[in-house]
Amino acid sequence: MGNPVLQVENLVKRYGDVEAVRGVSFSVEEGEVFGLLGPNGAGKTSTVEILEGLRDPDSGTLSVCGLNPQRQSNELKHEIGAALQSTSLPDKIRVMEALRLFASFYKRRRNPEELLKRFGLEEKRNTFYHQLSGGQKQRLALAMALVNDPKVLFFDEPTAGLDPQVRREIYDIIEELRRDKKTILITTHYIEEAERLCDRVAIVDHGKVIALGTPRELKTRSANTTRIEVRLSKPVVDGELKTLEGVVDARVLDGSYVLHSQRPPRTIVDLVKRLEAENNELVSLEIASPSLEDVFIELTGRRLRD
Amino acid sequence: MLLALRNRMFFFFSVIFPLVMFFLYGGVFAKGKPQLVSYFLGPVIAFNVMGSFWGLSVALVMFREQGILRRFHIAPVSATDMLASSVLANFVLTLPTVFLELFLSWAIFHVPNFGNLLSLTIFVVVGTVSFASLGLVVASVTNTMQETQVINQLIWLPLIFLSGATLPLAYLPQSVQRFAVFLPATYLVNALQSALYSSFSIWKLMEQFSCLLVWALLTFFVATQLFRWEPEAKIPRRGKLLALATALPFFLLGAWENGRGNLLAQSQATFHSLDTPRDNPPQPSAPAQRPDKPF
Repeated sequence: MGNPVLQVENLVKRYGDVEAVRGVSFSVEEGEVFGLLGPNGAGKTSTVEILEGLRDPDSGTLSVCGLNPQRQSNELKHEIGAALQSTSLPDKIRVMEALRLFASFYKRRRNPEELLKRFGLEEKRNTFYHQLSGGQKQRLALAMALVNDPKVLFFDEPTAGLDPQVRREIYDIIEELRRDKKTILITTHYIEEAERLCDRVAIVDHGKVIALGTPRELKTRSANTTRIEVRLSKPVVDGELKTLEGVVDARVLDGSYVLHSQRPPRTIVDLVKRLEAENNELVSLEIASPSLEDVFIELTGRRLRD
Repeated sequence: MLLALRNRMFFFFSVIFPLVMFFLYGGVFAKGKPQLVSYFLGPVIAFNVMGSFWGLSVALVMFREQGILRRFHIAPVSATDMLASSVLANFVLTLPTVFLELFLSWAIFHVPNFGNLLSLTIFVVVGTVSFASLGLVVASVTNTMQETQVINQLIWLPLIFLSGATLPLAYLPQSVQRFAVFLPATYLVNALQSALYSSFSIWKLMEQFSCLLVWALLTFFVATQLFRWEPEAKIPRRGKLLALATALPFFLLGAWENGRGNLLAQSQATFHSLDTPRDNPPQPSAPAQRPDKPF
């Protein structure tokens, strides 16, 4: 315990006038899967790119495997592996060639045959890159990230744009890596991904970390409430719903009313009574135990777009 | 490691046009008489060698824009590694094509011999490296494919038309000839032609060789300094200036040549020698020098 493999303190990154990262701090322990969850444009990718040594920060203290990504970049590159947000390879490179090629850059290497098997790409070993499906390309990207048996892995939006089916496959792979006690930093804007895969999550918005903890801790923080989302046939006066029994928070989001209640059954009964009295109707009703999205909504007032 | 890098470049190159292009240019042979063919063989080979410039610049820009270079940047690969492997891969493609052209000219046009093979090979090597590096420099100062194409054309056209690669140098008007000696291509064409047609040894071609060599090294070095992995990076002004600096050696050489006039006189002589049929290998001591300046 207490063996941080990655430490970030007050990271700042600007692109011209735009401040993409505004003082981000967190640390990642050895063997932990850490998530950066946030909407697009929150600064997640910039943060990861800086940690990988691809970009330079404007200020902040960084340490990955005890090395500085900017000053000791070459040394660090041997210890890390990454799957970028949009990995591209030359169209006509074959799968096995790609693995062998990247393996050749490092001092320490995993057997490419073994990686092929593990990522289910054996049959595709001689296939050209452009002939692979989206999911296969992503599996290759992950396999390539492991080619040097790295100490730290960076996965930037590993399932972006993939079908749900394929997404599950990738989750299985990442969970296997988690079981192997690999240290992984994942950035994502999918709540399910963060909840399911990560040991700890930092919720990021507009370049800042707005919450940090295990998924459970964060959800508990959502004030022990249940989320009730309703659509009504007629709009309701501002603040009206907040007065329902048990409700601690009520917001409007995209035409729905999102309520957080500590006593859901009573809230619903109260709601129905009120609606009848006002000649309003319930169009739809959804109840859910709080998710990280609720934490996000609570903290920012916006949805985490899926 | 070099082998592994080369392996990949090989396969991506096997996609792109080069072989087709080279065969097209190889067909520029339609001259018939062995002597003539031999005369033009030099320029044709120069054409091939200089063509490396296109393929590399386009490929590099494409790779960068697609984010492919980025992935490489995460691995401990240096700019030098990337550039060296491109040049090497290009070389692997150029050399067989040159051999093929030599072979065809022997088999179909019955060209009896190829002059000084050693000098020929040396110049093919130096030429390929230098023009490949030039392509890489261009790729480092442009951002999009369109820009690259435009700049390529701007550089390519003078190089092929004014250097003697298409029309013999002696054929061109005097003023153009004087300008031509400022271009690296002119020296390459001249060297290849002299090696092939007039059997000049490397010692006779020292001037061309040392210049091209220096240029090759300088250009390669500049290419490594200007190398960019990321697509959006702005090109610093310093970068553009550095790129232009590669023209320097030939600037100086051009000025010098204009004063001495050796090269031009020699190409004139070679051209005129076409009028006299030859049935035995030409003498290396061709009357190309001005009498008062021993070579």
